[in-house]
Amino acid sequence: MEQQIVKVKNKKGIQVIPGFGLSLGVTLTMLSCLVLIPLASLFLSAGQLDLKEFLAVVTARQIVSGYVVSLSCAFFAALINAVFGLILAWVLVCYEFPGKRLMDGLIELPFALPTAVAGISLTFLYSDKGWIGTLFAKAGVRIAYTRIGITIAMIFVGIPFVVRSVQPVLEKLPRQYEEAAMTLGASGTYIFFRVILPELFPALLAGFGLALARGIGEYGSVVFIAGNIPYKTQIAPLLIMTKLEQYQYADATAIALVLLFFSFVLMLLINSAQIYMQRFSRS
Amino acid sequence: MAKKIPRSYEQDIVGDGIYSIRKVLEPPQESPNHGLKYALIGVSALFLFFMLILPLIVVVWNALREGFHVYREAILDEYTMKAFLLTLAATLCAVTVNTIFGIFAACLLSKFYFRGRQLLATLIDIPFSISPVIAGLLFILTFGNVGWMGEFLKENGIKIVFAVPGVILATIFVTLPFVFRELFPVLSAQGKDEEEAAALMGAGCFTIFRRITLPHIKWALLYGMILCAARAMGEFGAVSVISGHLRGKTNTLPLHVEILYNEFHTTQAFAVSSLLVLLAVLILIARNLVEWKRK
Amino acid sequence: MYVEMRHVNKTFDGFHASRDVSFGIEKGHLAALLGPSGSGKTTILRMLAGLDRPDFGDILIQGIRVNDLKGSKRGIGFVFQNYALFRYMTVADNIAFGLKVQKKSKAEITAKVEELLELISMKNLGKRYPHQLSGGQRQRVAFARALAPNPQLLLLDEPFAAIDAKVRRELRTWLREMISRVGITSIFVTHDQEEAMEVANEIILMNEGRIEQIGTPEEICRNPKTEFVAGFMDARRFEALQAIK
Repeated sequence: MEQQIVKVKNKKGIQVIPGFGLSLGVTLTMLSCLVLIPLASLFLSAGQLDLKEFLAVVTARQIVSGYVVSLSCAFFAALINAVFGLILAWVLVCYEFPGKRLMDGLIELPFALPTAVAGISLTFLYSDKGWIGTLFAKAGVRIAYTRIGITIAMIFVGIPFVVRSVQPVLEKLPRQYEEAAMTLGASGTYIFFRVILPELFPALLAGFGLALARGIGEYGSVVFIAGNIPYKTQIAPLLIMTKLEQYQYADATAIALVLLFFSFVLMLLINSAQIYMQRFSRS
Repeated sequence: MAKKIPRSYEQDIVGDGIYSIRKVLEPPQESPNHGLKYALIGVSALFLFFMLILPLIVVVWNALREGFHVYREAILDEYTMKAFLLTLAATLCAVTVNTIFGIFAACLLSKFYFRGRQLLATLIDIPFSISPVIAGLLFILTFGNVGWMGEFLKENGIKIVFAVPGVILATIFVTLPFVFRELFPVLSAQGKDEEEAAALMGAGCFTIFRRITLPHIKWALLYGMILCAARAMGEFGAVSVISGHLRGKTNTLPLHVEILYNEFHTTQAFAVSSLLVLLAVLILIARNLVEWKRK
Repeated sequence: MYVEMRHVNKTFDGFHASRDVSFGIEKGHLAALLGPSGSGKTTILRMLAGLDRPDFGDILIQGIRVNDLKGSKRGIGFVFQNYALFRYMTVADNIAFGLKVQKKSKAEITAKVEELLELISMKNLGKRYPHQLSGGQRQRVAFARALAPNPQLLLLDEPFAAIDAKVRRELRTWLREMISRVGITSIFVTHDQEEAMEVANEIILMNEGRIEQIGTPEEICRNPKTEFVAGFMDARRFEALQAIK
């Protein structure tokens, strides 16, 4: 009997709810036209690149420094956002205070405010003559037109990602957890780092990853404050832009491919870290 | 031995916590640690003030610095108005297309089981994870002179790159997942029982959608559309690559700001920015209203 | 036989939910699919309703093989475990939905809805929304909604699971009486042997995707065929129940 079953088994599932074909068709068609075909074009053009030229382009000193600037600034910005995002989410979930709703509503501002506006505004604020820039200039620290400025712009665009990733998890964290730990005589700090933080970590990591990805790709808010000094404050997306303005499409494709590769590897790392963390929190 | 709970697909996409017990919304117990509480609130408030509020003040202050007259002139400028209209048109197109896509994709992934769901969800998120500049590049490599469709388009006299269609396409691309991302968790949490019940009674897909699914997602849909509009209106990188910066033709408001700024018309740049700030604030208010309505 | 399953097998990603299941139910009977959780009861019910498809084997309703027939064409009413009431429709609209889909005339729909509201004694609650009802009321609405299109077979998935213990007993009696009054062939899923014994006149006892025994409550309690059946059914409980009846 068993063997017979294996042979005649029909793997075809059924869709109970009507409209499967229609939804699948519309989704795939739109996705293909809007995302997949353009994406394929990138790989198509990449296929036409000569390997030697490709390497020459992406290992040029200016380009390499662009990658370093983009990746390092995005990393630090995401790190700072992870800390402040966690604090913000904590404050918004756990405490009651006047102005809480306003604070909560403001979190999405970097989504809603066009990046170019944020860019020129931050530049004004942090340049040597700006409101905050002058204070730091007196202490001998320049912010605008340095990597610090780039990091600040990336912090701006990344805030909502961490807060909005952590907030729902924190809201749904069963209170019993905390109480159980409390009855065992654990101190507040201990509870936070050993009980609550591990629960939040996957969400925090997800938010960190999103903020990082956004930072690496960010262009609008960064170009103004970066000053675009070769070898120092040129970010990778700007280099793509420059190549495009010079109609060097092959070079632009090469730089874009490497940048995509970096984003992809980072996402993969963060995803595997998340899965690894889950093994602990869910057992 | 503790039994391992297999992670469901929804958890993988939406994140954790959906299935844990919802915290009772009692006010948190009065902890003795008041100092910490106010320190954390203080840090948050300061952080938000310096990172978010101060830039807004800067825009308004700079815009009005040279008086209302200059401000009015900058805003009523012919090119500003044209840029405003293009931004509006692109936003409208993006919201429409992404709403249609979002509804179909979210229904598909939450109501039907089929192979490759996870892969499809990952593909839909692509526009989120790639740089807007690269997004623009994709369209140049597809429709531009060097692109494989370039020849064909040229012969037929269709211009996409450095023209309005390109601007719209790029805007749609970068905002594609917004509506989907809002709808999907809501639809997944709702389950499929109601739809199955209706299907068992012989209802067709449009009836089921209109009478059962739609009432369920209407606020989430509105919310997603608002976010999508916000992002579409402010898109800079992708549009910058593909527009060619033709004043009065393919210039959107954010690009117009850049041009003014680079030409050292700082006050005018901030004046146009204030227009965008106003839109952003309106969107934030709408967002909060919708969220409040949802609860 | 009114409803029949022949050598039905079903696997989900390597999990064998049904192993060579065969049974038949006479017209007008009220049968219980009983078994511990994970024994494959709900899978059987869902396959009957056309919500899942067997990998192998035949499903027959009134002697016709319905494997490839859509659920909506099988003439069944289905009561979901959590009732799956349409939460954005009133009670009356919920009940009318199946009829509206069949494009029945307005007068006919109104009459039928009235009749069913009367049957479940909720005449004045037609304008309420599901979230304004108690658990027991919701169940009655779900029952009425399933009956509205005049099905030939009623399937109920754990109909009492979402109701608190106090009301449950009351509802069991109500449901049994309702079903016998309407005279519809019914199958319901439960993990509670007391419930099965009290409501059903035929029990299909399942374990690990297999049918352990089929029979009347009395047969199963008095003559358990396997050790599992003997362990699962408590004969003394049965005697006690008989005494109450």
